[in-house]
Amino acid sequence: MSVDQATVRRVAHLARIAVTEDEVAHLQGELNAILAFVEQLGEVDTDGVEPMTSVIPMTLPLRADVVSDGGYAERVLANAPASEDGFFAVPKVVE
Amino acid sequence: MSTSSRHELTRLTLTAAHEGLSEGHFTATELTHAYLGAIEAAGDLNAYVLATPEKALDMAKASDARYAAGTAGPLEGIPLGVKDMFATEGVRTTACSNILKNFVPPYESTVTSRLWKDGAVLLGKLNQDEFAMGSSTESSAFGAAVNPWRRNGSTQKLVPGGSSGGSAAAVAAQICAGAAGTDTGGSIRQPAAFTGTVGIKPTYGRCSRWGVVAYASSLDQAGPIARSVNDAALLLRSMAGHDPKDSTSVDMPVPDYEAAVGASVKGKRIGIPREYRVDGMSPEIAALWDKGANMLRAAGAEIVDISLPHTKYALPAYYIVALAEASSNLARYDGVRYGERVAGRDIVDMYEKTRASGFGDEVRRRIMVGTYVLSAGYYDAYYLKAQKVRTLIKRDFETVFAQGIDAVLAPATPSPAFGIGEKSGADPVEMYLQDVFTVTLNMAGLPGIAVPAGLSSEGLPLGLQLIGRPFGEEGLFSLGQVIEEAAGRFEVSDRWWE
Repeated sequence: MSVDQATVRRVAHLARIAVTEDEVAHLQGELNAILAFVEQLGEVDTDGVEPMTSVIPMTLPLRADVVSDGGYAERVLANAPASEDGFFAVPKVVE
Repeated sequence: MSTSSRHELTRLTLTAAHEGLSEGHFTATELTHAYLGAIEAAGDLNAYVLATPEKALDMAKASDARYAAGTAGPLEGIPLGVKDMFATEGVRTTACSNILKNFVPPYESTVTSRLWKDGAVLLGKLNQDEFAMGSSTESSAFGAAVNPWRRNGSTQKLVPGGSSGGSAAAVAAQICAGAAGTDTGGSIRQPAAFTGTVGIKPTYGRCSRWGVVAYASSLDQAGPIARSVNDAALLLRSMAGHDPKDSTSVDMPVPDYEAAVGASVKGKRIGIPREYRVDGMSPEIAALWDKGANMLRAAGAEIVDISLPHTKYALPAYYIVALAEASSNLARYDGVRYGERVAGRDIVDMYEKTRASGFGDEVRRRIMVGTYVLSAGYYDAYYLKAQKVRTLIKRDFETVFAQGIDAVLAPATPSPAFGIGEKSGADPVEMYLQDVFTVTLNMAGLPGIAVPAGLSSEGLPLGLQLIGRPFGEEGLFSLGQVIEEAAGRFEVSDRWWE
């Protein structure tokens, strides 16, 4: 499978990465090189093989449903580019 | 302090430095001063992206007080460098990406907090490929790190490998006593091999991933890079252990790895996988591999030819799994929580502009491929297929372990260190091939240690890799020590950067 330029633009938008027109052709070449490389997996017979879910067999640990951490909004927000009244601030999303 | 008296302290292995501190031959403050001087003189290596001299001296002073009080920990007063993937409380942590360039974590990673609890001293944060995506440390937002090793008679700058290239360069240049690195596809072992140092990626789940910047969560593991097998054993013992904050962290006791160093390997069955003899392997690497097998045989191990039939597919499967997980993990860098934001006409435009400006080329490429393979209609063909191939890769190893193989011996890299800029051409796959021998272990969750075993004809270090059963780290330390004793340790003789 190889991607065309429209697909590159669509994937960039899905990934929320702005790409300029000049970059599209370049990215198309690079993405196709990587996709061509992984194409060889098609040779492997995987009929009846379970997909890997965990390399080390273990059951997901459970813990009591109690508050064990938190209560420091200021520290959580310390690296935010914009915050207001204890919340992350973003451009307006609802008119 | 003169360069020579400084070097008397910094050239000690971690093990020897700890002995010197315990016996009172020098103080943690003196040792830390020596390293800080050496770091200042090593700017040309670009190994550190942030030095923390004040914090280091404060920690060293506290170590000296604990020595005086008789409460010294197992790594008391040992100055370490930390890859910039580990969150360090109050100390800028960037993963060497512009998108995190001003991120100061309000928390400490579990692995590093274990090191500090045992008395180690933080010298600073070490260079790496951006988000650990690379095999040369050239994709760092801080510029490439430089290998302290150079070819005989040449002044060409070589890469230290990657992604933990700054860590490996710093250990080899003796500007830290040891380093904490991370390994997703070979990022501890390949740079260790390129710099004549020892690096171990433990079994998946052995070290907590909490507070480590996530690249590919089902593959990422922390581990040490050190100057000797014994140094690596001491560091891993401190770094490993159960952490309730990481649900994939295993609740098993951590053995005394140092006790395994020097243990007999008599009767151990070592597999030589025929599929690792890849086309285009340099004759030097092939010869080194044979030499390593002979070293183990001389120590009483039995060498057995084995087959790991799906080896060839590990790398393409890795690039699907790792990039898919990366695209998901890196979605969090959206200009809202981590500092860097580029304004846009609406929130989506803000996301897109922030991410376009904050991520470097390789990271953008990987996120886009990951997004593509997870997108509607392609998930089964790529991601699910790769996870099935992963099951087969793991099964290959389970089969040979069930046949009584204790560990597998293979080269660590297909070649010695290459020049800066040599592999940054149009085809990204050329760089990916660096991981051909290391990536299988991450796919199978197995532990692997890279140990230097010789020099190339041009005077560059070459490494061998031992692959163990799940939680078979002790066996790897025993076998690694056999190679270290037979091959010797490798020290850079020309400190050209000073």
